[in-house]
Amino acid sequence: MQFSRKKKLLSNPQNELYGHCLQFYSQPPTENMSLSEFETFAVERLKLLKTVENLGVSYVKTSDPYHKKLYAELTNLNFPHKTEADDRKDQTGLTEFEKRRKDHISHFILRLAYCQTEDLRRWFIQQEMDLFRYRFSDLPARYKTEFLHRNNLQYDTLSVEEKRKLAVKLINSSYGVSGATVEEQDFYKVPFQDALDLVRTRKVFLQGGYAYIPHQDIISIVLNDFRTRLSKALALTARSLPAVQSDERLQPLLSHLSHAYVGQDYSIQKNIGKISLEQIDPLSAKSFPLCMRQLHKSLRDNHHLRHGGRMQYGLFLKGVGLTLDQALQFWRSEFVKGKVDADKFDKQYAYNVRHMFGKEGKRTDYTPYSCMKVILSNAPSQGDYHGCPFRHSDPELLKQKLQSYKLSPSGISQILDLVKGMHYQLACQKYFEFTHGIEDSGFSLNHPNQYFIESQKLLGGGGGGGGGSKEVKSEPEMPQKGQNMAAKTPSTPHPQTQALSKQDAAEMEDLDSLFKDE
Amino acid sequence: MPEADYDPASLPDLLPLYYRRLFPFSQYYRWLNYGGVTKGYFQNREFSFTLKDDIYVRYQSFSTQSELEKEMQKMNPYKIDVGAVYSHRPNQHNTVKSGAFQALEKELVFDIDMTDYDDVRTCCSAADICMKCWTLMTIAIRILDRALREDFGFRHLLWVYSGRRGVHCWVCDEAARKLSVAARSAVAEYLSLVKGGEDMVKKVQLSEPLHPFIRESLVVVEKYFPQYAISGQDILGNSKTVEKVLALVPDEVREDLQTFFQSEKNPMKRWKRLCALVQHQRVSSKKGCQHIDKEIMLQYCYPRLDVNVSKGVNHLLKSPFSVHPKTGRISVPIDLEELDSFDPFDVPTISLTCEELDKPRDADEEDEVEKENENEMDAAERRKIRDYKRTSLAKYVKLFDRFLDGMARSRKGEMLRKSDLQKDF
Repeated sequence: MQFSRKKKLLSNPQNELYGHCLQFYSQPPTENMSLSEFETFAVERLKLLKTVENLGVSYVKTSDPYHKKLYAELTNLNFPHKTEADDRKDQTGLTEFEKRRKDHISHFILRLAYCQTEDLRRWFIQQEMDLFRYRFSDLPARYKTEFLHRNNLQYDTLSVEEKRKLAVKLINSSYGVSGATVEEQDFYKVPFQDALDLVRTRKVFLQGGYAYIPHQDIISIVLNDFRTRLSKALALTARSLPAVQSDERLQPLLSHLSHAYVGQDYSIQKNIGKISLEQIDPLSAKSFPLCMRQLHKSLRDNHHLRHGGRMQYGLFLKGVGLTLDQALQFWRSEFVKGKVDADKFDKQYAYNVRHMFGKEGKRTDYTPYSCMKVILSNAPSQGDYHGCPFRHSDPELLKQKLQSYKLSPSGISQILDLVKGMHYQLACQKYFEFTHGIEDSGFSLNHPNQYFIESQKLLGGGGGGGGGSKEVKSEPEMPQKGQNMAAKTPSTPHPQTQALSKQDAAEMEDLDSLFKDE
Repeated sequence: MPEADYDPASLPDLLPLYYRRLFPFSQYYRWLNYGGVTKGYFQNREFSFTLKDDIYVRYQSFSTQSELEKEMQKMNPYKIDVGAVYSHRPNQHNTVKSGAFQALEKELVFDIDMTDYDDVRTCCSAADICMKCWTLMTIAIRILDRALREDFGFRHLLWVYSGRRGVHCWVCDEAARKLSVAARSAVAEYLSLVKGGEDMVKKVQLSEPLHPFIRESLVVVEKYFPQYAISGQDILGNSKTVEKVLALVPDEVREDLQTFFQSEKNPMKRWKRLCALVQHQRVSSKKGCQHIDKEIMLQYCYPRLDVNVSKGVNHLLKSPFSVHPKTGRISVPIDLEELDSFDPFDVPTISLTCEELDKPRDADEEDEVEKENENEMDAAERRKIRDYKRTSLAKYVKLFDRFLDGMARSRKGEMLRKSDLQKDF
């Protein structure tokens, strides 16, 4: 009995599959499982990925608290976290093998749910990559090497001679590489395209199109591999999706899962037309978050905003409740006070405004930017006023600005401390509390329009409400500067319009190409 | 050099002449055809035209050089933009199944625009440029050209004057054309040092150790900085500009400098003092003051890239040899060997070149014509070559030719290498 059980274990292909605590998810699961287990697995992985996303905003991804919190969540949701596995059950009644199985299966379920649109794929890949990065970097060296072997990952190493020749440059290119460590550790030479994260941040030595990567940073190339494989796999999954979707048990479950990742999107509908143009000035001082207040002020001062500012502010105002006609009137009346005459406005800028309302180009009804989008993408450059003031301002200037808004010195220093710790959203929330004279705002801020609605609730303005639709909507990418006329249109179609707009085929991108693009 | 004054109103009259007799179609086709190695490479390329009254026509594409020629001569675009190579012919993009039409490849491009330097220029602002601030473009080209070649291993870089206030770079290597959006943005970010918008005073932050790329870039900046910034822009000469510089240094240094500046008016000596103080602080290992002098130099001189232009595969960029409708200047390649003497005001305008066509030929040129007659080119082609050679466009077309020859040579080398490899097997 004993013997046969052991034998069974050894010959079990699952055992081979779960021999290492981390995997590239190259083999899909083939076993039968119950629907309820299917659902539990999926929901719990989604929870895990949501945690990954939230932590990524609040903490530096390599920092201690990030690792600790993520570890806690993995343990909590019964995902594997041990380097060695055996058949012993822990207090939750699960063995480490069973947890690995859950990791494996739940990943593949979410692939089904998240392969459908570019937006979903991008989100899924990002979270899975962050999760993988954490889990890989947490491995002891021996297990890292074993992982590379198991997955056949081989990279060209530098000879001792080459290392000696490039020593100084190698030392100056990576943090934590010194004369001694250059000699000790392996350096890998890969095309720079395979180590984009290191190239982007200038944390690697580049020569002749090759990146020279110290072993300590090998996670970058492994992660790149992971991303490439996952992108391709998702593209393939999307192709076979019709078969899965015809299963009426799975279809509602999958679509529910994929819609769960976005919170409220604050797209209008409900509050449309509830606000008049005259109200904007007073509202901007009372109820706009700092980023929008700043954009509003610079628009009034300069009678102009560059593209990034128009998008961020324009969509916010749309979310606040401006109609298209109001928006056109609002922008036109301001722009004509500056260097743009009415004719030029109608030619160059009106398209842009109509586009935001889904009346041009691909006709996507764009949603206002979330804090995360404002903080992470399209950082402001010369001449720009958009972005997050807590993230993109010199602390000194931020301080002055807060002073001019009559915040108390102690309040200002609390805010600046949060900024220093890179908790930009918390800093904004503090700002909310101080400007509204409350102790605890009682919500967790992640959207400028949420700020507005909460503020209106407190002030009794009634401009609140907010869009309840939980659909996944797309946010526009940066269209071209200047010629926003038919120039590039955003690339993420609204799920529902996708089927309708054949004529807009041009603006849609094919799965495979998207994946090359991250 | 005869200065033909350009009047934007004359553009509709000049363009037909320009496209009929001057635009270097054969080189242009040779460029975008890339040796015809990939099937449909030219045919699936997007062009877009800006016509009179800012009418913008996207998704133009042409099957042959002569089709492109005919269309351009018919439309007489005010401006030509070049886009990506798509999976299908762009002019048929509406007939393709939804989602299938996609941008596959494009040159890696960089757009450097003088307006992005407005916070550090004292001589001009917005669309205006002068020889003083043009140095910024020279610095930008030197830094980016070196990095793209040495760090990224690219070889075929075409630098082009935009026609007004900036420069473009077209990286034409096969590897560059195939880069993904993520790779393009990584390259652009690797090359970006100046960061922050209107709410950021200090836009360059360096940290130890200085990456080799930054060291190399500093070599270039340090060479131009004293002449350009201290003398030319006079950034330490008057109280307004001094204030801007002082905003970038730590408090201790600022106080010292303020006192020093009261007695010392010579800008160069002021700068030396600043450097000496920073040096002193560095030795006494004060944190945060390590590289202030370098950071200031970079903030004032380092190239400012429009990352969004470089990032997108399907982003359009003004084509070489397109005319700038406002200035009338032709977008011409820049000779890196004579970069320091490149003068944007010397670049021929459409009115100048058209005027030059009317001048009688001199003996030399007749000679050349004779020689060309011996070749077996068709008559129209021959006349066109004759035409541009008589204008100040000639040297720029020659430069373009040289660039194309270089690409043809490496294509040939690559093919030889591949066939050699096959023999080995």
